[in-house]
Amino acid sequence: MSLHEQLALVLAPYRGEKGATIPALQAVQKALGYLPEEAISETAKSLCLSENEIYGVATFYAHFRFEKEGEHMVRICSGTACHVRGSPRIVETLEEKLGIHSGETTKDHKFSLERIACFGSCALAPVMVVDKTIYGRMTTTKARQILDEYQDTK
Amino acid sequence: MIFDKIRKQAIAEWATLQQSQQPRILLGTATCGRAAGAMSTLEIMNQELARHNIDAIVTQVGCIGLCYIEPLVDIVKPNRPRICYSSVTPKIIPQLIEDYLIKDNPRPDLALGTIGDGTIEGIPRLLDLPMLKPQVRIVLRNCGHINPEDIKQYIANDGYIGFIKAINMGPERVLGEIKKSELRGRGGAGFPTGQKWEFCRRSPGKEKYIICNADEGDPGAFMNRALLESDPHSVLEGMLIGAYTIGATHGYIYCRAEYPLAIERLSIALNQMREYGLLGDNILGANFSFDMEIKEGAGAFICGEETALMASIEGKRGMPRPRPPFPAVSGLWGKPTNINNAETWANVALILQKGSEWYDGFGSQTSKGTKTFALVGKIERTGLIEVPLGIHLRDIIYEIGGGIADGKQYKAVQTGGPSGGCLPASLLDSPVDYDSLVKAGSMMGSGGMVIADEDTCMVDFARFFLSFSQAESCGKCVPCRIGTHQMFAILERITRGEGKLRDIEQLEQLSQLVKTTSLCGLGQTAPNPVQTTLRYFRDEYEAHINKKKCPSLVCTRLINYYILPGKCAGCMLCLRDCPAKAIVGGRRLVHIISQEKCTKCGACLDVCPERFGAVVKVSGEKVIVPSKPIPVATSKALKNKG
Repeated sequence: MSLHEQLALVLAPYRGEKGATIPALQAVQKALGYLPEEAISETAKSLCLSENEIYGVATFYAHFRFEKEGEHMVRICSGTACHVRGSPRIVETLEEKLGIHSGETTKDHKFSLERIACFGSCALAPVMVVDKTIYGRMTTTKARQILDEYQDTK
Repeated sequence: MIFDKIRKQAIAEWATLQQSQQPRILLGTATCGRAAGAMSTLEIMNQELARHNIDAIVTQVGCIGLCYIEPLVDIVKPNRPRICYSSVTPKIIPQLIEDYLIKDNPRPDLALGTIGDGTIEGIPRLLDLPMLKPQVRIVLRNCGHINPEDIKQYIANDGYIGFIKAINMGPERVLGEIKKSELRGRGGAGFPTGQKWEFCRRSPGKEKYIICNADEGDPGAFMNRALLESDPHSVLEGMLIGAYTIGATHGYIYCRAEYPLAIERLSIALNQMREYGLLGDNILGANFSFDMEIKEGAGAFICGEETALMASIEGKRGMPRPRPPFPAVSGLWGKPTNINNAETWANVALILQKGSEWYDGFGSQTSKGTKTFALVGKIERTGLIEVPLGIHLRDIIYEIGGGIADGKQYKAVQTGGPSGGCLPASLLDSPVDYDSLVKAGSMMGSGGMVIADEDTCMVDFARFFLSFSQAESCGKCVPCRIGTHQMFAILERITRGEGKLRDIEQLEQLSQLVKTTSLCGLGQTAPNPVQTTLRYFRDEYEAHINKKKCPSLVCTRLINYYILPGKCAGCMLCLRDCPAKAIVGGRRLVHIISQEKCTKCGACLDVCPERFGAVVKVSGEKVIVPSKPIPVATSKALKNKG
């Protein structure tokens, strides 16, 4: 299926619907993993809005991404509880280890690193989430070991 | 009426379940439980039950708030009180099943407490535990006790009778009841709910909306998540009552996308409501038609502000707009709209179920009822709690929370998230209510309560909140966009040891400016963390600026790690673990950290065995170390001589 056809399929339920920009973009991102340029223009067409408006909304909200994410998404919680329990050190360590800043993807597309406002699992702070697995009570050493496991096995 | 039949059936089924001759197992699988491994526990548990041919009823329930000892598993055997077991990892569960379900040994050593009639020797009653005893769990009454994915369990526990009462009373009397209860908004500012409803009810127009604000963006807060995951119907019933009273035709639940489980359980709950005729046209035969849907947020803290939230539902950038017009007059799509926080809605259902007089029995003179808090940070017992308003901070932190973790000293409690402030030890005896917290420079907020200990740097803490506020500022108004950015830059400078003498004064001026001239609540409250830390912890700012010292040893630029030659055993643990390869040494040689290469990640301090305690973190001072690795014995000898 071409990207064009795929987008048409995903966007069909939102065509012409009032206030559907965010759910439509969420659906596109769910299907493609990110929002390529064509997704913006196709969403604009199906909602009868300008590309400008769609791009404006997409860039406002933190969840939308414009680049393909890495094979593994590493998210570090930067909520208050995680902060006081040492999450900044974990972010720094992993930035150093992966050679990227948070918000970026490694060149080999293996890992993306993100800081997240709060997962709401504050009791287990500091928290790291790799793909869908939640790791609680992190230390810099544990965080590095976990990434090594992902690096080796998959 | 048809609901009577549903209710009778639900009650009968609930009673049958309670008296079941099969063993029952309740497992807490809210997000916090899952983070602690509850799903693995569930998997192993099911395998074990199958292996032993035990026919047990396994129910996944929500969270009772004891997050620090999750996963929690409750086992009920016929004619026995229910036993709650804590920290039930996949490793423990096979033994527990064998011991209690097969050999009938209740394992008091693993049990936390009993629930219900009767006692079991060696196990205290759960509600007598210090963390639970001072709590008044009325909003969270069902959490951890019922299956959140089964509407009948909610109905069997008085669910939806508040709504039934409401339609029998008529909208005006319901409004009177809510006003009489003196319920104030649980989202933070504490506006009287009844008054808010009245504005919207009296607004002309046939089309009106109600919204549940579940965009719990405060970092460090998860009260709404736990409530929606554990008892979604309590919130939805409140919304039904509100819609009926206000005359709303459609409702939205705006829930942040970071809460997938809450969204899943809400959507199951909405489908069940439709199935039972609690949503749709002429609900339960009354002249009242209403439906609601979930709107998923997309990661913007500002969308917790009501006008920004509405812009987001309309599919726009979530930017606030000036008020008036207030949403009660012109809100979503320009129609009268009423927004309340998820916890406020849950209180509404409760007030209607039990009456405003009953509700009056909880809370203080100006703040009625209870409030849920996420008790987190450097505290012994972290979790989700519900306490009557007016309780003292000290009781929450020391009685319920068990004091500061790891025997450290209390420094501050932060309430209200990025909009709130840090309160020092001298305010521990203040009551927790809307007005007292504002007077102290903080605010109630939605209920995040983060405890900071001696190891928390208050300048860094303020910097953390400002980094959050400036990143989340929508950019519409200048004071917030540029003001928070400037404040953040100054704080950043101070924590890097580059602070100037005038910085404190400038922070104070900027705080005042941003507070008084910003368009919405985000900017108006963003300086609170800075103002309160300046008010109560000024000496820490001064140490950073004047002495280039971080007294709490947090600010990386101002600290150094050293290995004490007299204590290093030359075990090579830190050398192997240092990601920056900044440590030199060898077996039985004293290790040395190269200050140039050190990235200050602290891994060496983490791995150095406690019995050696050779790695130290200092600020504003130097430790004398040898210039190259020397044998451990030599350094010990030197130390003994010295």
